[in-house]
Amino acid sequence: MNFPILSVITFLPFAAGLFILTMPATRKNETRAVALATAVVDLLLSGWVYLQYLLGHMQGYQFVEKYTWLNIPPINISLHFGVDGMSAPLVLLTGIVMFTGVLISWGNDDPHVMAGIQDRPREFFAFLFLLAGGVFGVFVSLDLFMLFFFYEIAVFPMYLLIAIWGWVKTREYAAMKLTLYLFIGSVVALVGALAMYWTQYQNTGVLSFDMLEMEKAGFSAAFQNAWFLPVFFGFAVLGGIWPFHNWSPDGHVAAPTAVSMFHAGVLMKLGAFAALRVGVMLLPEGAKHWSWLIMAFAGIAVVYGAYIAFVQTDLKYMIGFSSVSHMGLVMLGVSTLNSTGLTGAGVQMFSHGVMTALFFAVTGMIYDRAHTRMIPELGGIAKVIPWAAIGFIIGGLVSMGMPGFSGFVAEFPIFMGVWREQWLVAVIASISIVITAAYIMMNIRKVFFSPMPENLEGHIGDITVLDKVAIVTLCLFMIGIGLFPSIMVPMVETGVQHIMTLLGGA
Amino acid sequence: MFTAQTFASILPEILILSIGLLVLIFEPFWKEDQRRNAGWLTAGGLFVAMIISLLFGRPSEPTAVLGGMIRFDMYGFFLKMLFMFAAAATALLLMDHERAGNRGEAYLLLLASLLGMNLMASSADLIMLYLSIETASIPLYILSGFLLGDDRSTEAGFKYFLFGALASTVMLYGFSLLFGFAGTTNLYDIAAALTSGAVSPLLAFGVVVLVLVGLGFKVSVVPFHFWAPDVYQGAPTPVAGYLSTASKAAGFAVVLRLFFVAFPEFTGMWTMILAVLSAISMTVGNLLALPQTNIKRLLAFSSISHAGYAMIGAVAFSQFGAASVIFYLAAYIATNLLAFGVVMAFSRITGLEEITDLAGLSRRNPLLGLMMLAAFLSLAGMPPFGGFVAKVFVFAAGVQANYTWLVVVGIINSIIGVYYYLNVLKYVYLYRMPEQDEEQHPIPLTQPYVIALVVLAVGVILIGTVFAPFFNLSDVGVLTLF
Repeated sequence: MNFPILSVITFLPFAAGLFILTMPATRKNETRAVALATAVVDLLLSGWVYLQYLLGHMQGYQFVEKYTWLNIPPINISLHFGVDGMSAPLVLLTGIVMFTGVLISWGNDDPHVMAGIQDRPREFFAFLFLLAGGVFGVFVSLDLFMLFFFYEIAVFPMYLLIAIWGWVKTREYAAMKLTLYLFIGSVVALVGALAMYWTQYQNTGVLSFDMLEMEKAGFSAAFQNAWFLPVFFGFAVLGGIWPFHNWSPDGHVAAPTAVSMFHAGVLMKLGAFAALRVGVMLLPEGAKHWSWLIMAFAGIAVVYGAYIAFVQTDLKYMIGFSSVSHMGLVMLGVSTLNSTGLTGAGVQMFSHGVMTALFFAVTGMIYDRAHTRMIPELGGIAKVIPWAAIGFIIGGLVSMGMPGFSGFVAEFPIFMGVWREQWLVAVIASISIVITAAYIMMNIRKVFFSPMPENLEGHIGDITVLDKVAIVTLCLFMIGIGLFPSIMVPMVETGVQHIMTLLGGA
Repeated sequence: MFTAQTFASILPEILILSIGLLVLIFEPFWKEDQRRNAGWLTAGGLFVAMIISLLFGRPSEPTAVLGGMIRFDMYGFFLKMLFMFAAAATALLLMDHERAGNRGEAYLLLLASLLGMNLMASSADLIMLYLSIETASIPLYILSGFLLGDDRSTEAGFKYFLFGALASTVMLYGFSLLFGFAGTTNLYDIAAALTSGAVSPLLAFGVVVLVLVGLGFKVSVVPFHFWAPDVYQGAPTPVAGYLSTASKAAGFAVVLRLFFVAFPEFTGMWTMILAVLSAISMTVGNLLALPQTNIKRLLAFSSISHAGYAMIGAVAFSQFGAASVIFYLAAYIATNLLAFGVVMAFSRITGLEEITDLAGLSRRNPLLGLMMLAAFLSLAGMPPFGGFVAKVFVFAAGVQANYTWLVVVGIINSIIGVYYYLNVLKYVYLYRMPEQDEEQHPIPLTQPYVIALVVLAVGVILIGTVFAPFFNLSDVGVLTLF
């Protein structure tokens, strides 16, 4: 395979973003068309990578590309791309969210219906693609420096996207809070990464940011125990780990629909993935030493997030806190450090990404038409927007972990893995399933099936074809994985295999 | 004695002088409204001078020329190119300055100061060093106070002059003591003399502090920073940009050469002093930037903090550390000139300089908004702009040298920085003008601005993405320092 497919996937959004910026501001529809075309190409390419991995050898890193970027001792940075069973689903996930995000943001130029992005779509799509390119870059980078590079690229467009196109009431506060949280996390992790770089040199004489090299660096237990926490938590902030989750629901609420989808769907995975890739995989001894702490925090996040989601009256806050809860499950899976739990975490990242993107997409559609997201003020949406209701229900079933949907495939192994390590935590965490079922069903009943309030009667129109395409796309993936777990689980297992080798087990 | 090599070693300076003479010759013949063409002449001339120097003036082996006064090496050469680039951009930005752009003297002074900076980068002798620092400074004093009848500008010029004169006197005293101990004014001989001679650490400490007063003033680190905000605010904006980039970089060029070459014996002591200065500079600069309401004052405090970041690389006292400083300066020059360029382009039309006045800028001129975005994100240390890689490198050098505490201070400061840089961008992108009629208030850019700003923005992105060639030049340069 000589075609540099991962580079193309990563750099295409950047190129498209730059191109979009050069288009005239008045040509809104052309801008949208270019954005959609780019997203489709990226989705197809990432789907191709996924399928090739699935149907191919299914082991190790594939589609590997390596170019020396800077090799001047003592700094050695390479553009080293590759996907394994852990990252290939996430690349696909990014492609899906990018595609549906563009569809949802299409907008129309009718001043009476505020749907999608009306104001300055040129800048919006350019920044969104900058974000998408950064996310792809993190998932495929095998070089620690480049991972940071793309990670930071993914962080700052969020500020602009939320602050400019967000919900007027909280956007400035939420955008700044989010950026500062994430920036603090990443720079703390950066110090750890630099310490790893120089210590690797002392240990092995190898100067390289290549993570495959760093895996062999043989860091001492003391070093790992000391640096694991800053590195892991530095990244995990973006994964929404309790008690550093606070920025996340605020960010979700303030962000425009497509950005909420990106944020909950992909960005939070970015944090969890980087924490796993850099924290656990490069500092396995540290991970073993501190796994109890992660497990405790994640366990709290799972139950606490679900409970807070239960008491929310704002639909977006509800989904935001349910994300904290579900990302807590990912972290819980990671903290088990056994193959069952890690596999569950890997699948959960994908499943939650698609599910929460769908939730936010539907919420955005409702808000654009009803002009409110407050659950008590809504009702009877199923009658006017049946597609949204179907989407929300399917998302809800995934969220509850119903068999036949991707949520079950993901959550079941996580609980099994946790049970093997610490049964009590599994028992406590499973409370969240009950709470989740409660708030999901209550909200579905209230928002979609209760009688419609009078002030909304006749004001709500149906959604566009593009919105429906987005909903169907997202639903297909969730049902597909739920019915045929074999299209994802074995793949994630091969990724986990590598982690288990590093952890010295299995 | 005047060989081809000697000629090559001062080729850039000869060319700069020639451009200055051309400006001087042509300017009286031009009519009032044509005089801004001196800016084209300066910028174009510098561009040609850079190409000629690259072709014919590249050093091979480091050699001492002109009786040891000048050292002809890659270190000086790369920095000279940076300074000339900065001066060319400044000349373009100066052209459409209402009250300075149509006066030939401004370009002449700019070139004179550039001449001094170039010599600062290559002097290897205390006397030459002092002369070049003064050559660089005195034209800048005049340029800062260039706007006749403008109180702020006059204040800026006078303040800069008083502080500068005092600082350079103190530094000269340090130099004289150094000469007394070492018996030589040549930097490379001083190193040998100090190693073999028995200079007590206390005396050496005194000398280092005295010298640092002068250099600290040039690079504007705390506690020698008091002049910066007032001068930046009062001086014509392009001049302020030049002060904050080329002038600062020239100061760093001297710091690296002087300390790395002449004081290796007292490394433990001066790295500690620099570490403290760096930590204080970053902290004070960033904290004082928070409450600023004037964009130029904000950039002044930000430039104080950036002097602190860059100094981390010098503290590390390693080849990589020095290279990271040079790389940082390259990224910083492009970034900060871009920032000042945008401010200049904005205030030329509106006459305003408050941060709140930037509201709606991205709608009034989307290109200018994007430039501002690039500049400020680069200052905040975000990829894909130059500031990110530069910061990672100086931090890496700090961690390597076991100055983790300093890096931690740097990191806390970058977080503060992100806050106020994003705050400015909030005005540019989010807020709107009171009547929301941005279309009625466009900000047209003239040709020199478009050229200068696009070149600078491309530079900022190139340094941040394709950083290998830039870092390679810095590294090769530093290698020739010793």
